[in-house]
Amino acid sequence: MKLITAVIRPFKLEAVREALTEAGVSGLTVTEVKGYGRQKGHTELYRGAEYVVDLLPKIKIETVVGDQHLEAALEAIQQAARTDKVGDGKIFVCAIDQVLRIRTGETGDDAL
Amino acid sequence: MSRQYATTLTVASRRPRHLSFLLALIGGVAALLLAHMGHAQAVSAPAPTPNKGDTAWMMTSTALVLLMSVPALGLFYGGLVRTKNMLSVLMQVFVVFSLITVLWCAYGYSIAFTEGNAFFGGFTRLFLHGTFNPADGSFSLAATFSKGTPLYELVFVAFQATFAAITCCLILGSIVERVKFSALLIFVVIWFTFSYLPVAHMVWFFAGPDAYTDAAKTGAVNATAGFIWQMGALDFAGGTVVHINAGIAGLIGAFLVGKRIGYGREALKPHSLTMTMIGASLVWFGWFGFNAGSALEANGSAALAFINTYLATACAVLSWTFAEWILKGKPSMLGAASGAVAGLVAITPAAGNVGIAGAFAIGTLAGLICLWGVTGLKRIIKADDSLDVFGVHALGGISGALLTGVFNAPSLGGPGSVQDWVTMTMGYPGIATQLFIQAKAVGITIVWTGVVSLIAYKSADWLVGLRVTHEEEREGLDISSHGESAYDY
Repeated sequence: MKLITAVIRPFKLEAVREALTEAGVSGLTVTEVKGYGRQKGHTELYRGAEYVVDLLPKIKIETVVGDQHLEAALEAIQQAARTDKVGDGKIFVCAIDQVLRIRTGETGDDAL
Repeated sequence: MSRQYATTLTVASRRPRHLSFLLALIGGVAALLLAHMGHAQAVSAPAPTPNKGDTAWMMTSTALVLLMSVPALGLFYGGLVRTKNMLSVLMQVFVVFSLITVLWCAYGYSIAFTEGNAFFGGFTRLFLHGTFNPADGSFSLAATFSKGTPLYELVFVAFQATFAAITCCLILGSIVERVKFSALLIFVVIWFTFSYLPVAHMVWFFAGPDAYTDAAKTGAVNATAGFIWQMGALDFAGGTVVHINAGIAGLIGAFLVGKRIGYGREALKPHSLTMTMIGASLVWFGWFGFNAGSALEANGSAALAFINTYLATACAVLSWTFAEWILKGKPSMLGAASGAVAGLVAITPAAGNVGIAGAFAIGTLAGLICLWGVTGLKRIIKADDSLDVFGVHALGGISGALLTGVFNAPSLGGPGSVQDWVTMTMGYPGIATQLFIQAKAVGITIVWTGVVSLIAYKSADWLVGLRVTHEEEREGLDISSHGESAYDY
């Protein structure tokens, strides 16, 4: 099992969610986050005061998939979140030791 | 027409020309006084009673000015501070407004609007003494700007109370996010007493048109009026009394209270321009009461003030927005809201004193001048006037006060002003003359409020200290000063 963590543009969330559903992913956790990478921030002007905003709003999605679904899920996220401009985000993958569904006690792939 | 206010029933001014009003108050005693003073013709004339339309309009206007302070000014200012200080701003506006209202009814009204000397009024109306007589159910009357057209004095008291209260609330925009609440209240009491009240008396107090019955006595009646009124300065709804007065007090406060922690290094961004927009819009709405209400009657002068308040504000929104668009690259919501306030401020002294051409010119110029005030001029001054009380209110007020002198000219579409209160003859002394008078009124106001502000801030500093501690400022005044937080989501 793998944990996929993707940081994407906020307005791409809906497209990514639909693409993941088609790829067979059944659950998703979404967090509103701020961060910075290669995409430069912007300046905001309030009367005479100019502020550089470095931390940009992004959406972080997290989902755990079985190994057999990993490639399809990564492909789905990348295709759906892509605009070809700096700031599209990143995807991180790491291994998961165990998953347990609280209601039934199922573990492993059965709990996904 | 000049816009100066007066009570006509102060104990100190029981002159024969007031006897018709006195009849309403003291009935038979008036007849004795009348006989004594030998003005028999006044007996036969029925005592004028307030017009119901005027009364309704003035009570509505009073409530409108309350709306433009609490909540409108609170939301306008509150949206411009950071989340952690939102409630502190709302709280400061709410409490200062209430405090000044109480002080106004206790002694403020008496000092501002009864006869005394040219700088301070008297004490005949302490706790509104004599405004209502429960023995016979009679009410005292206040003068308007027309002969034989009185207003219930209590309505005038309430209307003017809101002016005093909002003026004190305006100042706090310069010192929000770090001022100590107790220090603010101490400052406001001192400043209200020694700056607002005398400036209001100097600019607005006169004996009323009915006091002028005889050309030979005009000089003597004029001598009872306020210092700046006697100079012939025009201030319809408070360019000097409200905006310059508060704007200078704000600037002095920004210097003495000092800059916010992180000013110039950290982002001190507005937390909700949505609220600022709602606040600015409600300010615009309430300002109809402020300006058109200052006619004191529901008449043509009020109509002129009404359209000018409407039009000049729209002009200022456009001029600020387009200038910002051209100079800074983007037209901002904050710019449009700021432009509205700038236009409202500048048209205040002019409202019923200029024609439509004046509204176009004053509104458009105010947007440009105040935009410079909060950008170029602000950088020169180097004070943390946090919400630009000086850049918008003082600068807009000064511009409006001076331009009132120009666009009051009948040749520029203005109505002129009353030159002879006996015959109610309108006229205009010439642009250079009127402009010089306006400039003197502006200068006196700046110096007066500057000196009083300095003393008032120093007093508050000495008594309790002007600022919260470093830690309290970092935590935010909502939690550290008031023990609550604005949003829970």
